[in-house]
Amino acid sequence: MSGVVFFLVAILAVASALGLVLRRNPIHGALFLVVNLGCVAVMYLLLGAEFLALAQVIIYAGAIMVLFVFAIMVLIPGKEETGPDPLRLQRLLALPLGALLLVEIALILQSSVFTAAPHPGVQPGYAAGAGGIQSVGRLLLRDYLLPFEVTSVLLLAALVGVLALAKRKAG
Amino acid sequence: MVPESYYTALSAILFTIGVVGVLVRRNPLVIFMSIELMLNAANLALVAFGHRAGAADAQVLVFFIMTVAAAEVAVGLAIIVTIFRLQRRLSVDELSIMRW
Repeated sequence: MSGVVFFLVAILAVASALGLVLRRNPIHGALFLVVNLGCVAVMYLLLGAEFLALAQVIIYAGAIMVLFVFAIMVLIPGKEETGPDPLRLQRLLALPLGALLLVEIALILQSSVFTAAPHPGVQPGYAAGAGGIQSVGRLLLRDYLLPFEVTSVLLLAALVGVLALAKRKAG
Repeated sequence: MVPESYYTALSAILFTIGVVGVLVRRNPLVIFMSIELMLNAANLALVAFGHRAGAADAQVLVFFIMTVAAAEVAVGLAIIVTIFRLQRRLSVDELSIMRW
């Protein structure tokens, strides 16, 4: 059952990613990206990471993509990526280079570091109650409390930086 | 249960599509979205590895990555909007005002 769900959602994820890259209109790309983020959220669910699936939908598909759509609506000057492309030859190189990168990643993932069992005798997958929301919350607020608090400083810095950028007068 | 290697393979494909998007597109917003695609692919690989190792630490790490990505998007979009206000056009090939 989970195999069928995985393959359906994987196909949808790859198709929506291709849609993001291939469609000329950025607003279509943004909507494709929302579909892709939702697919990744389903993948998190299949991997037993419920908290991340929810955070993915709320933070990414909710907050970040709203920012993107908003910026696209503010910025789009009618037509998009038209006219002569001065770097066309270099862009044609992107496809073989991307294929090469994919082969390299596949080779790396085949290496024994990633294929061998992490601990001898340990079955893959979470032990009972190890990957759920409870254990993540315990890790986040106990073992990783300092990074968690530092994150709030980072968000504050981003907030102040964005305000400083936005308030400056053009020219 | 699907083996974790399938998830990492999907993550590799998504990451490659993101890289090609960054290389091919000219609109900084689309390039930015492709970068988000790559971040997501990396997150998916992390969660898959964490699932195989049976450690929930990977999920915490991915949560931090999401937070940093949110901050990055806010600042990046503010920069793009500011550049657009200064230049009235939006193509990465013509952007050089941040160089010195």
